[in-house]
Amino acid sequence: MLFSSHRSTGSSHGLASTETRAPIGFAVAALNRLAQSDLLDRARMRRPAEQLVFTATRGGFRTAAAAGRAFARRGGPGPGVRQEASSNSGVFDLNPTEDEQMLVDVVTDFATEVLRPSAAEADDACAASEAVLKGANEIGLPILGVPEALGGISEHRSAMAGTLVAEALSRGDMGLAVATLAPGSVATAISLWGTDEQQQSYLPAFTGDDVPAAALALAEPTVLFDVLRPATRATRTADGYTLTGVKSAVARGAAAELFVVGALLDGKPALFLVPSSTDGLEIEADPSMGVRAAGLTRLTLTEARAELLGDADGAAYTECVRLSRLAWCALAVGTAQAVLDYVKVYVKEREAFGEPIAHRQSVAFMVADIAIELQAMRLVTWRAASRASQGKEFAREVALARKLCADKGMKIGLDGVQLLGGHGFVKEHPVERWYRDLRAIGLMEGAVLV
Amino acid sequence: MINLETPRKHRMLVDQAHQVAMNMLRPISRKYDRAEHSYPKELDMLAAMIDGLSESGTSEGAGATSSSAPEPVSSKGPVDPNKVRNGANLASILSVAEMCWGDTALLLSMPRQGLGNAAIASVANDEQKERFKSVWASMAITEPSMGSDSAALTTTSVKDGDHYVINGEKIYVTSGERSDAVVVWATLDKAAGRAAIKSFVVEKGTPGMKVERLEHKLGIRASDTAVITFTDCRVPAENLLGTPEIDVKAGFGGAMATFDNTRPLVAAMAIGCARASLDLTRDLLEQAGVSIDYDRPAQVQSAAAAAFLALEADWEGAKLLTMQAAWMADNKIPNSLEASMSKAKAGRVGSAVTLGCVELAGTIGYSENELLEKWSRDSKILDIFEGTQQIQQLIVARRVLGLSSAELK
Repeated sequence: MLFSSHRSTGSSHGLASTETRAPIGFAVAALNRLAQSDLLDRARMRRPAEQLVFTATRGGFRTAAAAGRAFARRGGPGPGVRQEASSNSGVFDLNPTEDEQMLVDVVTDFATEVLRPSAAEADDACAASEAVLKGANEIGLPILGVPEALGGISEHRSAMAGTLVAEALSRGDMGLAVATLAPGSVATAISLWGTDEQQQSYLPAFTGDDVPAAALALAEPTVLFDVLRPATRATRTADGYTLTGVKSAVARGAAAELFVVGALLDGKPALFLVPSSTDGLEIEADPSMGVRAAGLTRLTLTEARAELLGDADGAAYTECVRLSRLAWCALAVGTAQAVLDYVKVYVKEREAFGEPIAHRQSVAFMVADIAIELQAMRLVTWRAASRASQGKEFAREVALARKLCADKGMKIGLDGVQLLGGHGFVKEHPVERWYRDLRAIGLMEGAVLV
Repeated sequence: MINLETPRKHRMLVDQAHQVAMNMLRPISRKYDRAEHSYPKELDMLAAMIDGLSESGTSEGAGATSSSAPEPVSSKGPVDPNKVRNGANLASILSVAEMCWGDTALLLSMPRQGLGNAAIASVANDEQKERFKSVWASMAITEPSMGSDSAALTTTSVKDGDHYVINGEKIYVTSGERSDAVVVWATLDKAAGRAAIKSFVVEKGTPGMKVERLEHKLGIRASDTAVITFTDCRVPAENLLGTPEIDVKAGFGGAMATFDNTRPLVAAMAIGCARASLDLTRDLLEQAGVSIDYDRPAQVQSAAAAAFLALEADWEGAKLLTMQAAWMADNKIPNSLEASMSKAKAGRVGSAVTLGCVELAGTIGYSENELLEKWSRDSKILDIFEGTQQIQQLIVARRVLGLSSAELK
C-alpha cells in the first residue's frame, strides 16, 4: 500500500525505487528503445513471433468480463441447506473412508491419464484444454462440496475429501488442478454460506451438464497484502452493495461467469457474489511464474453491483480464507509427491563416475529429506482438513500446514530441479514447472477451496 | 476415517503424564541438571506409582516397556478400517512426550523404563519377558571404536557349556550404573557379520562386569551415562534374547527390530522437549506484547511471531510423523521407514526449536534462570542416540530408492 501510493507495481522492470540511472544507463536505454521499435522488423531482422495472445500475455489491455449466463432467481431469503460435520469415533486413523478412497482412485486416474500428459501444453498456453475441463466435470469435481439435497455428492462437510482430491489432482499438475477445481470452489462456497435463494439460483448451473467457469477472488496485487484487510471496498446501496477494487490471481477469470469476491464492509471482510454480466467488471490477463494453466487474471471492479454471501461479521470470510489455504496445502503435497516420484527414478538411471548418482549420499539424502518433509506436509495438512470436516477449530492447524507446505514445498521444488542438474532447468523435464508452481504456496489466497 | 487427534482412549493417560511432568519432574529439573551423577531419589516413588498404574490396568503404556514389536504381516496393505487400533505404541509415545515436556533426562532415568526394557519387550520370548518383567534394564551397544556401524562391533560372546563368556568394552550406557541389568550386544562370530550379533541380558553383580566411570555431558545430565567393561563375564545361556542361531539370511533383523520401536520413542522425547520450549517461549512473547495470529500472514506480523510459526509448523510435522509410526506398529503394519522418518524429523526439529527459542528469548533464554537453555542442551542427544540423523537419512534413502547397503553405502 505504501508502495502503490507513489508507484504502481510492474511499471519499473523489477527495479527498486532507490535505483538511479547513470550516464551509461541512458545509452543502454536508448539502445533498448531501438531494439523495441519496428525498424528492425521492417528490415526483417526479428522473428515475427510476438503474437498477442490474451491469455498468455500481459498486454496491458483490459476487456469486459465474459458475457455469462443469466442466473434465474429462485428460492427464498431463508438460510440454505448445510452439511453436518462428520462425527468420529475418537480413534487416530490414517485410512480414508471407502467413499474417499473411491474418489481418490478416480481422480488419480484422471490426473495420470489426462492432466499430466497435457500439463506442459497448458502451462505454455496459460489455459486448460476443453478436454481437460470436460473430463473434470464428468468426474464430478464441480459438485464435490455441494450437498446431496442440492444435486451434489456430499453428505457431510467435505473438507477432507476435497483435500484428498486436490492432492491427487495436483500430483498430475498443479495449474490444471487449480483450473479444474475453480468452479467447484465457488459452488462449495455457495453451499457453505449461501442463502436458500442463492443456492437455488446459482447451484443448478454447477450441478448440470454445462458447468460455468467461476472464480473465488480473494488476493490483491499489493505488497504485504493482508487477506483479512482487503483494499477492495463494499458500499451499501438501496438494494444491495457495490464493490470497487482490484483482485489478483483470479483463476480462469476471462471465462468466469460468476465471481466470489472478498471486500471490506464496515471495517470487516466479507464475501460477495458477482455474476460476470454485472457492469463495472474488467478482466486483465495476469500470467504469472507458475500455475499458468489456471489462466490467472486480475479483476477490476468499479462500483460493481454485488450480493453478500454469508455473514458481514467476518466469520464466513475467515473460514473461507482458511479453507482456501488448506486447498493450496493439498496442492503442494500433490506436486511435491510428483517431484519425489520423478526424481527417485531419475537418480537411479542417471550415471556419473561409473554408477547411478543415487549411490552417493549427497544425492540420496536429498531424496530422503524430500520423502520425510513431504510426509510431514501431508500429515499436517490432513490434520487440518480432518478437523475442518469434524467442525472443530482449525485455524492453528491450517496456519501450520501453510507454513510447512510453503517452506518445505518450495525446498522440494528447488531440490527437484537440482537433482536433475542442467536437465532440471530445461523444459524437457517437468521439474522446472513444479519449481514454478510450488512457489505459489504460502502467498496465494483464494482461487481454490475445499 | 482420517483423524489425527490424540486418541480419545489415551487422553486421560496424557493428562496424567502431564500432571506428573509438571508437578514432579519440573520442580527437580534444574536441581539434577546441576547435580550431575547424583541419583534422583524422587523417581523411586514415581516409578512405583507408574508400576501401580500398569498393574491396575488404568494406564496403557506409560513407558518404554509397553511398546511391542509388530507381528510380521505378508503385505503392507491397508488395515481393515473397522479394526483400526490405538494401542500401546501410541500410548507410549504420547506419554513419553509428555514426560519429556517435564524433563527428558529424568524420563531416561526412570527405573524399569530403560531402553533395555524396550529391547526385551521387542525381542524376548515369553519365558524371558516373564523372568525380566520387573528388572530395570539399560542398553549397551556403542563401543569406543564403533557407533552407528554395528558390523564393526568387537565385543565377543563365546559359548562355554550352558553359559556365554562375554569380553569387551561398552560406552554410552544410559543408567548403566543405576539399572539392575544391562542388555549387551555382542558377536558370536565376527566373521559372520551382522547376523552373528546377539543381545544378552547381563545382571548386575555378574563377575567380570564393571562400571568403569560416568561421563560428564552437554545435556541430559540427570541421566547417567556409564562406561562398562566385560572381562570373561559368564552369562547364563538362557539370557540370550531371541534365537541363538546365526541365520545369515534373516541377518540382523532380530537386533534391529528393536529400533522400529525405540526410534519413535526417541522422536517422542524430542517432541516433548521441544514443546516445553515452545510453550514457554509463546508465553514469554505474549508478555512482551507479541501474540501469534494464525490467520494473518506471517510477513505482516512481527519477525518473532513469524519465526515462532515456522518452528511450530516444523514441530507439528515431527509430532504427526511420530504418531504415524506408532499407529502403524499398533496396527501390525511394518514401520521401519516411518520410524526412521520420525526420528530424523523429530531429531532435527528438536534442535531447531529449542535453539530457536533460546534465540527468541535472548539472554532470558540463555540464562540458567530459565530452563530454555537446558532444553536446548538436552535436545541435542536426541538427534544422536538410537541412530544419528545421518543414519536415519541413510535408512530412509535406501528404502525410498530401493537400494541395498552395498549400493548406497
